[in-house]
Amino acid sequence: MRAVVIQFPGSNADFDALHTLRDVVGVETSYVFHKTPTLPAGTDLVVLPGGFSYGDYLRCGAIARFAPVMADVRRHVERGGLLLGICNGFQILTEAGLLPGALTRNAHLRFECRDVLVRVDADGPFTQDLRGRVLRLPIAHAEGRYQADEATLQSLESKSLVAFRYVPAAAPDARLPANPNGSLHDIAGLYGGPRRNVLGLMPHPERMAEPILGGTDGRLLFHSAVRAALAR
Amino acid sequence: MSREPAVTPELAREHGLTDDEYATALKAIGRTPSFPELGVLSVMWSEHCSYKSSRVHLKRLPTKGPRVIHGPGENAGVVDIGDGWAVVFKMESHNHPSFIEPYQGAGTGVGGILRDVFTMGARPVAVMDSLRFGEPSHPRTPGLLRGVVAGIAGYGNAFGVPTVGGEVQFDAAYNGNILVNAFALGLCRSDRLFLGQAKGVGNPILYVGARTGRDGIHGATMASAEFEEGEEAERPTVQVGDPFMEKLLLEGCLEIFAAGVLEGIQDMGAAGLTSSTVEMASRAGNGVELWLDRLPRRAKHLTPYEILLSESQERMIMVARAGEEQRVLDICAKWDLDAQVVGRVTDTGRFVVRATPGYDPLSGAPWPDDPPVVVDLPVDLLTDAAPVYTRPCVDDPRLTDRYGVDATGLAFDPRSDLLELLSAPNVGSRAWIYRQYDHIVRDGTMVRPGAGDAAVVRLYCEDERGRREKLIAMSSDCNGRFCELDPRTGAAMAVAEACRNLACVGAAPIGLTDCLNFGNPQRPEIMAQFRDAIDGIADACKALGVPVVSGNVSLYNETTEQGGPRAVLPTPTIGAVGLFEKVSDVVGAGFRTAGDHVFVLGPHGDDRLGGSEWLTRRTGRVCGRPPSIDLAAEAALQSLLVRAAREGLLASAHDCAEGGLLVALAEACILGQSGAVVSLPAEYAVTPGGLFGEDPSRVVVSVTPYVLELFSRRVAEAGVPCAFLGRVGGASLSLEGVASWGLDEMREAHASALDEIVGR
Repeated sequence: MRAVVIQFPGSNADFDALHTLRDVVGVETSYVFHKTPTLPAGTDLVVLPGGFSYGDYLRCGAIARFAPVMADVRRHVERGGLLLGICNGFQILTEAGLLPGALTRNAHLRFECRDVLVRVDADGPFTQDLRGRVLRLPIAHAEGRYQADEATLQSLESKSLVAFRYVPAAAPDARLPANPNGSLHDIAGLYGGPRRNVLGLMPHPERMAEPILGGTDGRLLFHSAVRAALAR
Repeated sequence: MSREPAVTPELAREHGLTDDEYATALKAIGRTPSFPELGVLSVMWSEHCSYKSSRVHLKRLPTKGPRVIHGPGENAGVVDIGDGWAVVFKMESHNHPSFIEPYQGAGTGVGGILRDVFTMGARPVAVMDSLRFGEPSHPRTPGLLRGVVAGIAGYGNAFGVPTVGGEVQFDAAYNGNILVNAFALGLCRSDRLFLGQAKGVGNPILYVGARTGRDGIHGATMASAEFEEGEEAERPTVQVGDPFMEKLLLEGCLEIFAAGVLEGIQDMGAAGLTSSTVEMASRAGNGVELWLDRLPRRAKHLTPYEILLSESQERMIMVARAGEEQRVLDICAKWDLDAQVVGRVTDTGRFVVRATPGYDPLSGAPWPDDPPVVVDLPVDLLTDAAPVYTRPCVDDPRLTDRYGVDATGLAFDPRSDLLELLSAPNVGSRAWIYRQYDHIVRDGTMVRPGAGDAAVVRLYCEDERGRREKLIAMSSDCNGRFCELDPRTGAAMAVAEACRNLACVGAAPIGLTDCLNFGNPQRPEIMAQFRDAIDGIADACKALGVPVVSGNVSLYNETTEQGGPRAVLPTPTIGAVGLFEKVSDVVGAGFRTAGDHVFVLGPHGDDRLGGSEWLTRRTGRVCGRPPSIDLAAEAALQSLLVRAAREGLLASAHDCAEGGLLVALAEACILGQSGAVVSLPAEYAVTPGGLFGEDPSRVVVSVTPYVLELFSRRVAEAGVPCAFLGRVGGASLSLEGVASWGLDEMREAHASALDEIVGR
């Protein structure tokens, strides 16, 4: 299996994704610079990492979709290749039209970094055999409030494309809402693409993949992706 | 150019030069300086750049140690962490800009310290912020707190460095002058350090990064004067930050470093282009010649004066090896960075600036030939020959009057007082602040903010020699109240506490940085505080065997109020860095397992209340006789903690700080989500001093019963006093014979600490 992490100017969780894939999960992984027109041959998984691509000065992810590398990322998706957008990567996927809806300013208007609980609500290459499982993953974003029109939301629900939903803790802390940003339908992550091969999510699974960092729930997504790639 | 004002003694005074200083300059130059020359002199001789009041005292700090690669004098300190790797760190203030415009002021403070670190060749991997605000009820406090925190978050989060720790204190002494001290730490190979040197006569000087504008002109001079009323008029002098540009600058610089084409590099910080090029020339014993016509700019019709004094952010000056300019320019193009050759290194020992009158490259016209000289000054006049003052010091004769406070009549109720202290802005949870910081980017944060006494970060050391992981801890501390009541002891306590926090998580200290925030040095009682604080830092460094490797001085932190000047509490903030031997050494602050035994390690002090949060709340002022510190006992305690951590003998360790012993116990319960049943040792009294006094050198530890015997042996060997308090367990903290507190009520009180300022 071969993975690449796209480096846009302003990407800053590119290392986190590379490190987790390469050093924790053992996948051959390399960076691909945004000005590169083509992905390396044999790429199974493309990661759009977290960060502030192009400074996020216009709208989050709005400029990255025009990056030279993105045309080949689209071809990769059409071929059925895996595409994972984390945080700013999720924002880029919605701006690029690879996933529906939009991620807007958190309801409380602040950047927020903390652990949340999300429930796996859909099957797909990144969540094989995980449906119903509650994972503890960190968030770190100012624009993670998922919004879409009613028809889109109904379509996502009826097609079971809502991959992750924020859920309350067993002993809820009244000071911290389960849904950290006001996302509609408590949506934390979505599947898309021709074969559910595109996943976008606001939490950072690549920052919760080692005991030293406080947990290993995030590793499950990458292991699932490895299985999916090997099965192709 | 024709509109430039004539240089007169009057104008020199307006530039902050004293009559004596101006006379010295005239004599050295042998003529009346040009207007840009006056600007250059004024910034280079400002307190901020020249350290003219503090230099004579700073020499007393211990700066040497077996791990020190570069001490003070470079852009940041460098300490060896073994196996060919080093950490680079420094703390710096951005106080005045943050008071005028909190978001940009704090953000560019972070940006500046990040550049200081990566200009040495290191990738920044952690930031801490030490903040001081006025009293919670002051009308400006909420807006300043919100703005500063958002500014730090806005810059650090986008740049991609985790903000892993810090501290905040509220006191009326900061009502008119907040403190924003930013610490940054980077990782680099110890054989690939870059210094701010203009080496090699004839080598090209390159300008890289953001274009120059009019922002921040005279920032260094602003940082060298006290605030007057109407300081908002200074707003145009505050710099504006662009963290995206800084991120590109970082990646571009790291790639240029790796290409091996540079002789020297320095960021343009305070006093911008002038200070960076003059300092580089000075360190190399060379001269420089700059060609301003070629300088990338974003504002039209910039004059040489403005260009030389602009503090536009995200800019670097590089000296490349002759013939390698194109390599630098190519890498800059890859990262979409503006870059231009703007001068060369000379052997004249002079700072020479050329600019064509009236020429503006933004007009599209080509560079004119042979631009005339507008500045020609000796480099050493601006650096080594800058004024140095041994300012008079006089102890404040009224200080000890504040020691006599009768606490017997003050309301004291252990049960409600503990909940009050837990919910106090100076004691309780800082989650509202650190949740706004990305504290986990780069996959290294092992102990997050609020989770332990110090932040713990894994450093991922990777190059062609291989990959290895290192683990470090960092903490920033200072209690200005103790420094106010006894500057020497208070400063020693700041060093002791910062290092104690490292020891509590299991790390041994390897170096310190300091950020010394004081009032107007021309007042003898302020200078006495400064002198004593330096001695206190030196005392503690020697006792604990830790060198100071970098630092920053911020003076003139005071406001003019009715009734005279009001200085901030003397605040020598200490940033301490420690190293672990292995991952299993890391100790948390919260209680872990029911049945574990709870002890307080360290000497029982005098139960003194002076400067404590409890007494300050009860009396409304900083008063009382402050605690003393036994530095030998402190050293023994810290050695014991590190040894016990390395041997796996500690289930938890938590320092007694603001709020004293009882607050420390409550915090260990809250963090561990576990209660405890404890009773006070015989030598502790159920008095405000016994429960809430802030004597230093005390740590609450819990120990699993299986290793009690081994633990006791180590304690005895170390000769550290150790008192049994009780056992971990239950859903409440119960202090036998006094009171008990439910976990939920303690957690809620602790969590609500900033509510009175920022709302729920």
